[in-house]
Amino acid sequence: MGIASKSRIAAPQLPRQLACGDNQSGTHLPPRAGSLNGVIVPEQPGKDAIEVRGVRKVFGTGESQVAALDTVSVSIRENEFFTLLGPSGCGKTTLLRLIAGFDFPTAGEILLHGQDIAPLPPFKRPVNTVFQSYALFPHMTVAQNIGFGLEMLGRPKAEIEARVAQMLKLVKMEALKARRTSQISGGQQQRVALARALAPQPKVLLLDEPLSALDYKLRKEMQIELKRLQHETGITFIFVTHDQEEALTMSDRIAVMSAGKILQVGTPRDIYDRPAERFVADFIGETNFLPGTVVSKQAGVATVKFASNATISAGYPEGFDPAGEVTLVVRPEHADLVPDPAKGTVTGTLSNIVYFGTDTHYHVKLDGGGENFIVRHQNSRSSVVTYETGAKVGIQFEEDAARVLKD
Amino acid sequence: MTTAALSPTTLSKAALFEAKAVKTSARRNRLLSLPALIIIGVFGVLPLIIICVYSFLAAAPYGGVQWKFSTDAYLNFLFQRDIFDDTLQFTPDFLIIYLRSFLFAVVTTVICLLLGFPTAYFMATRPPAQRNWWVLLITIPFWSNLLVRTLAIMFIIRDEGLINNALLALGVIDKPITMLYTNFAIQLGLLYAFLPFMVLPLYSSLEKLDFRLIEAAYDLYATRRQVLWRVIIPLSKPGIVAGCLLVFIPALGAYVTPLILGGGIHLMIGDLIAQQFGSGRNWPLGCAQALILMAAVLVALYFYVRNTAGKVQHG
Repeated sequence: MGIASKSRIAAPQLPRQLACGDNQSGTHLPPRAGSLNGVIVPEQPGKDAIEVRGVRKVFGTGESQVAALDTVSVSIRENEFFTLLGPSGCGKTTLLRLIAGFDFPTAGEILLHGQDIAPLPPFKRPVNTVFQSYALFPHMTVAQNIGFGLEMLGRPKAEIEARVAQMLKLVKMEALKARRTSQISGGQQQRVALARALAPQPKVLLLDEPLSALDYKLRKEMQIELKRLQHETGITFIFVTHDQEEALTMSDRIAVMSAGKILQVGTPRDIYDRPAERFVADFIGETNFLPGTVVSKQAGVATVKFASNATISAGYPEGFDPAGEVTLVVRPEHADLVPDPAKGTVTGTLSNIVYFGTDTHYHVKLDGGGENFIVRHQNSRSSVVTYETGAKVGIQFEEDAARVLKD
Repeated sequence: MTTAALSPTTLSKAALFEAKAVKTSARRNRLLSLPALIIIGVFGVLPLIIICVYSFLAAAPYGGVQWKFSTDAYLNFLFQRDIFDDTLQFTPDFLIIYLRSFLFAVVTTVICLLLGFPTAYFMATRPPAQRNWWVLLITIPFWSNLLVRTLAIMFIIRDEGLINNALLALGVIDKPITMLYTNFAIQLGLLYAFLPFMVLPLYSSLEKLDFRLIEAAYDLYATRRQVLWRVIIPLSKPGIVAGCLLVFIPALGAYVTPLILGGGIHLMIGDLIAQQFGSGRNWPLGCAQALILMAAVLVALYFYVRNTAGKVQHG
């Protein structure tokens, strides 16, 4: 959560009038209500910025039909940094394209502040997109690119100029406004793409893996930058990524997708600590899976017995009734090694030790067989116990560390 | 410094060596460019020089030239010498043919652009596997001779041709519409002959167009018409320029099409020049006419390219 706190520190350094929604701004634009140049502008913003209701998207016909989205429903709140997370081909970009209007759903509704926008062409939706490839116009300058949306909306020239200047300042690109987009670096192109999409003050900003083309250091910088922009503009961001770390650090809420379905929606902490399904747990962060048998259960907590006869209490997701043989999931940092196997909940042989600087990963071959169990131990000066590979060890779990999951 | 330690002789030797190296590499470059220079010289510059020289000679009575300096060819372009008193009288006949040819070429270019752009756009938006088939279809006319194809048009549009017979049979008309040997016939023939030269460069430029830019424009509230004028056309400008040049220049000098479909009544520049070397037996006049055409095209090109280059720069 370092990003969130950093953005709060960084915010006061920037003049507040840059924020798009600020009414005190000298160059503030007239309130948009009704229909402006055919673009729908809702008069009464509701609680949900975007509501996706039972949306299906099928590509192809006949035998070769592929359901890219299989009856997806999700609500995205106003002013939220919402992330669609999933592996490639999971349908996250398809969902984004449906919201943008580049594709139309086979079935279902997409509501923007309560109004169905699914049948509208993209130029009639108050929604803008930052493309993965940036898609900047190569025949225009940086400033012309940023002003394009407002120009198409038919705004007065003076207003466009003021707004472009504002956006250039917001993304710190004032010095390069007269450059061609081919004459600036990838990170700068990214900023221009952001400014271009933010300039018309969309209700919702869609971001399609915008950071994937940047190198590691720049990506980290832009993550902070994006968070700052969202904070300052107060616009709802819908962010598509396959990078779980990016999703965890930036999002207010995350929807994890797989095979055209949304598996779980929740805060980063929810998703990480309380995954609903095995796929979610596996996709986000490192996870250990181990088999067990449910002995008893009450009020969302099951008692699970291991092959070693040790028992443990483990939570399980709502609406799931675990019984018999189940899979437990334990995060590597929620487990600890003990030198005495008798004191461990499960036992095994230390097969590998990997040193990462900040922490050390211990790979343990469990006595009951199955996958290696990984224990992450944070390195500190006071670490006293040293382990040797081949040693017999026990593994203890922290309170609430284990969860029973749907397979 | 090391250079300070070197004696003047070694220094000059090094300089000499360097100069020699530069010399040899320059010589090698000249040698490598020789084949290109020979081709340009023999097939480009030399014929031009001959035409230029001939245009300043006097015509021999039965074709060919007399080796005697004369500016008659250029005078004859605009004036006619009176048979009786040798005075020069202004005759705009050739000028009219030139202007008419320019008009034909301009109309051909504009209509080819209007027809070619949607065609090329259609081709460029097909799935990649299909595109080559469309290119193949566009190039099919090139598989046969232009003369044959022009004769085929003649059979379609003549008084007892396909169109007139069909219309007569259907009872739409009661006497054939005269299309052959008219300006319409020439214009139709030119359009038919040069359309592929417009479509192909447009296609190659539209095919490279990043269609995500079009999505981006739609996303930024551009309507379909605005996307066309603000994104697609500016980005396909190289193709438009190339296509217009490839149609305009050959259309201006077209020979076969106006000869057959115009029936020798409605001349274009190409036929006029050919006449001077044939029945006209005035080679110097033909040479002068060819050079005047070339000069006119160069002037037109200069303004066209300067104009479009400026537009591309200012977006």
